[in-house]
Amino acid sequence: MKETIRFTLNGKTAAVDVEGDRKLLWVLRTEIGLTGTKYGCGTGICGACTVLVDGATVRSCMADIKGVAGKRVTTIEGLADGKNLHPLQQAFIEHGAVQCGFCTPGMLLNAAALLERNPKLTREEILRGMENNLCRCGAHKRIVEAIESVSRERRG
Amino acid sequence: MKENPYTARYSRRDFAKFIGGGLVFCFSSRGLAQAPKGKMPGFGPPAGASDWNAYLRIGADGRVTVFSGKIEMGQANTTALAQMAAEELAVPVDSIDMVMGDTDLCPWDMGTFGSMSVSVYGAALRSAAAEAREILLELGSERLSVPVSELKAENGAVVAGSGKRVAYADLARGEKITRKPARKPAVTTPAEFKVIGQSVERLDGRAKVTGAAKYAGDLRFPGLLYAALVRPPAHGATLRTVDTSEAEKVPGVRVVREEGLVALLAEDPETARLARSKVKAEYEIPDTKVDQKSIFEHLLAKAPQPQSQEKRGDLAEGEKAAVRIFEHAYYNGYGAHAPMEPHTAVARMEGDKLTLWLSTQAPFMAQTQIASQLKPAPGKVRIITPQVGGGFGGKSITSNEALEAARLAVVTGKPVMVAFDRREEFFYDAFRPAAIVKIRSGIDSAGKICLWDYQVYYAGNRSAEQFYDVPHNLMRVYGSWMAAPGVHPFNTGTWRAPGANINVFARESQIDIMAAHLEEDPLEFRLRNTSDARMRRVLEEAARRFGYSPAPAPSRRGIGMACGIDAGSYVAEIAEISVDGGRITVRRITAAQDMGVCVNPKGSVMQMEGCITMGLGYALTEEIEFQGGKILTTNFHQYRIPRFSMLPAIDAFVVKNDALAPQGGGEPAIVPVGGAIANALFDSTGLRVFEMPLTVERVTGAGQTKAH
Ligand code: FES
Ligand code: FES
Repeated sequence: MKETIRFTLNGKTAAVDVEGDRKLLWVLRTEIGLTGTKYGCGTGICGACTVLVDGATVRSCMADIKGVAGKRVTTIEGLADGKNLHPLQQAFIEHGAVQCGFCTPGMLLNAAALLERNPKLTREEILRGMENNLCRCGAHKRIVEAIESVSRERRG
Repeated sequence: MKENPYTARYSRRDFAKFIGGGLVFCFSSRGLAQAPKGKMPGFGPPAGASDWNAYLRIGADGRVTVFSGKIEMGQANTTALAQMAAEELAVPVDSIDMVMGDTDLCPWDMGTFGSMSVSVYGAALRSAAAEAREILLELGSERLSVPVSELKAENGAVVAGSGKRVAYADLARGEKITRKPARKPAVTTPAEFKVIGQSVERLDGRAKVTGAAKYAGDLRFPGLLYAALVRPPAHGATLRTVDTSEAEKVPGVRVVREEGLVALLAEDPETARLARSKVKAEYEIPDTKVDQKSIFEHLLAKAPQPQSQEKRGDLAEGEKAAVRIFEHAYYNGYGAHAPMEPHTAVARMEGDKLTLWLSTQAPFMAQTQIASQLKPAPGKVRIITPQVGGGFGGKSITSNEALEAARLAVVTGKPVMVAFDRREEFFYDAFRPAAIVKIRSGIDSAGKICLWDYQVYYAGNRSAEQFYDVPHNLMRVYGSWMAAPGVHPFNTGTWRAPGANINVFARESQIDIMAAHLEEDPLEFRLRNTSDARMRRVLEEAARRFGYSPAPAPSRRGIGMACGIDAGSYVAEIAEISVDGGRITVRRITAAQDMGVCVNPKGSVMQMEGCITMGLGYALTEEIEFQGGKILTTNFHQYRIPRFSMLPAIDAFVVKNDALAPQGGGEPAIVPVGGAIANALFDSTGLRVFEMPLTVERVTGAGQTKAH
């Protein structure tokens, strides 16, 4: 049965008429047309579909859309502040942390949540915190360096 | 700088209109795109392909558009090619727009593999751009009434000594240039480089960090249908009965049953997949017994006739000279490409014209194949390659989803997307084939290698060329990564540097075994046995950066090295590992690469790091499990690709060699990874493992197969 589900999407109100057990990933990609959130495995393993719900990471391929009713959802399209890139986005570009780019949205949102919880991440904490986001191009080294650079800035 | 600005908008019909706005430089791909000697025989467009293609356009706004049949899958070739064009045309790199992988707009190209974007197409592009610059000088000469010899090209303009100048934009009068310049211009020399050799930032970075970059699965058209196809449980299975009645009850689902195809279509992929789960299908599965354990025996029994290569001297002589013979076999099972973006195709018919947006490394090959396989035969097929989310050789061969999407678009009259889920991706992947290398080698009384009898099964000869100074050498190659039907229980194909990884693992292990026998430091043994100057240099540079101090293995330090040649580049790598309960942790890897002229140092080092990181997987963890044609590996919980916890400290660098044209960069640094780690394992434990990946089971079981 279709129902109307309302939530905040990248700072704006959103409403969709869908079955409540549709997955957030596909509602974003097909109903709403925000395709920055990627499908990589469909089973919660790879992290390509990571989004933020009320600031915490959620694997959108596993999340029912009805679960985000009334909550704040941030996707990669909402990470920048208008034209101004999020420091992590800037750092990913500068450090060359992007190759094919398919894992990038999930990596960025996961890293953003890590930094939100702890702005002074050590290298160890970054490695542990990013462990369940997969990248096939082997951009890991530069992803870590990019996150470290933002963490350092924040540490000031 | 924009990326692929035209691919979504232009059709062939529009092309004339499109080129109307500026100067279009057309060149013969045959004349320009000559493969360097020894690389990819038969490289060139097929008969019938247009031989006179647009490579460059200069718009009335002064912007330059470069058309390339290559595709971008993360390797940043887009950026390197833009740099090469900018250099020759004497324009800023940010005035260049790249159009890649569109069969309507770009010159024919065989495909993006073999690390040839920069070395082969890039060389062609540079000559084209140099000719275009010469023609611009001629046009400028007419405009300024100054002889060409007194003009130069500078910052997007033709400039005379007197200071008189005319911008390229003002010369762009909307004609298609097919004339040849009066003199054949030379390309810029390394000493004059302004843009080549700079670490220009990748052109697609911003699009990729904001989610704006479009991959095939991100395209949306009105009426688009998502298809889920009924898939067999095993390769070689035949469909006996199928019942779609329950699936048809799912609201909004359309069922298409055609020869060899049962598809469920819906306006969203979840509904299509839900319907698929309700289909009852029965298959007859062939009784193939082969599995990971028995596969090598099976393959050796089915081996085709060998091709003899690299014959030098006489093996019998080498044997006579030898004071010690070493005989070993090396193995590697099947591996998956596992790009993060699964294969995806979107097809749309307009009249009898098919447009296919495809996640592919070879759009022109796909075009030829789809045009010949689709029924009724389409009037025209255009392939457009959006961003590709990783390929690694796995998207070089046109796979099922392309034709399936095209067929479904014909049947339904709607645009149709076929996107593999992860299980389909693991099932239909053209795996890196299981392969075997057997080596008999010998050393003479002076401790020099005097015999090298090399046999490789199913991997081909890539990176197997002998650069050690061996007087009696023979290589026998039994088949390559494509084998006759019935040999492998499923599809096989090209995996990043196809075959090279096992070839280098085997050779470099064997070299270390001989060094260990002599109780000689493995670096010294290598240097004493090769006079190849480029190899000596990368070995020495890697050792210097690593801070290597000589010691015979096993030194218990856990340090090992390997080196190889791939796509014209030379690479040496030194790995330091620790071993705990059979589990290998790679602490650091130092890599030195000579790739001729390096067009973009940062981009090249990124590719090296990517190669090394990806290489950890084939070396340590990645292995396809199967039972006959059944693929037991279905997702990333079983197929362990490298993760952050596996990341060593990587120090990758380019050894400058401007005397040589640019060589390959997307694959070479992956080839020594397995060998270096295997040698480090021996150095750490005194145990040698002859089969990759070097899993805990193999490392702990290695005591029984102790080398020499
Ligand atoms: S697609 Fe959701 S975790 Fe992989
Ligand atoms: S950049 Fe390609 S998967 Fe991470």
